[in-house]
Amino acid sequence: MLERVKEIIEEQLNLDNVEITEETRFKEDLDVDSLDLFELVMSFEEEYGVEIPSEELESLTTVGAVIKYLQDKGVEA
Amino acid sequence: MLEGKIALVTGASRGIGREIALTLAKNGAFVIVNYNGSAQRAEEVVKAIREAGGDGVAMQCNVSDFSESEKLVKNVIAQYGRVDILVNNAGITRDNLIMRMTEADYDAVMDTNLKGAFNMIRHLSRFFLKQRSGKIINISSVSGIMGNAGQANYSASKAGLIGLTKSLARELASRNVCVNAIAPGLIETEMTDALSDEAKENLKSLVPLGRMGRPQDVANMVLFLAGDNADYITGQVLHVDGGMVM
Repeated sequence: MLERVKEIIEEQLNLDNVEITEETRFKEDLDVDSLDLFELVMSFEEEYGVEIPSEELESLTTVGAVIKYLQDKGVEA
Repeated sequence: MLEGKIALVTGASRGIGREIALTLAKNGAFVIVNYNGSAQRAEEVVKAIREAGGDGVAMQCNVSDFSESEKLVKNVIAQYGRVDILVNNAGITRDNLIMRMTEADYDAVMDTNLKGAFNMIRHLSRFFLKQRSGKIINISSVSGIMGNAGQANYSASKAGLIGLTKSLARELASRNVCVNAIAPGLIETEMTDALSDEAKENLKSLVPLGRMGRPQDVANMVLFLAGDNADYITGQVLHVDGGMVM
């Protein structure tokens, strides 16, 4: 799942050649602002057909947290 | 000028909204003519649009209702794929002196005029963000700027629209979405027809240009703000009032 999540992040944020791991933090490492994060969440929702409530946004600070959240929601890799 | 663009105008079955819908359509936009109660008049607007060589469709929705607004937006996106221009025009009055104004008068005006705009923007915002473009135009009022005795609810709602406009202009600017407000003055519509002659004369005496405005005057400003020529304008309140406020 990491590969696809990485692709979505790169596409959404127009990133090239940035190393993205599960530990990558959105704000600190990728300089993501709140609108970016909102748009990323929309992309994840579309890709995986899940709904991510706004209350969850605060806890989704790293790429790994997003993957875990999606897996907990029953999304398979 | 607006060829290929989809415009959604709330409260477009009459008054200023009707003229806005006609004007945007005449200039090439496909216009969704939203109405709440006046189905027949909305259909007449669509007919007038087609006779003028434009295209559009009437869609019912009570914009003061959060979930109804969501349904309207979903419907529009499903059928037309996008919205480029949103004009929050739907507005009502329930004038009275404050000591006689009922809670229902206050709530009805706030719900339609202010919350209605919030509802539409709230549900459309994700599409605007994604498109990386969009024009949101909120129809405020001179009342929201200078106040008007007997219109505490109406002016509060129209002043509220200005705050909404400015905050959203900041919030959405990085995604190239422009949010502006228009503050019409005394315009010849059914809404102002309802005023007494005395009230109208009093108001008219405050207009340097010495006459009432026409709905077309407001629609011309909407047309400008909706087009590419206004790409560098956001967070503004544009006055169309014959100089009433300056």
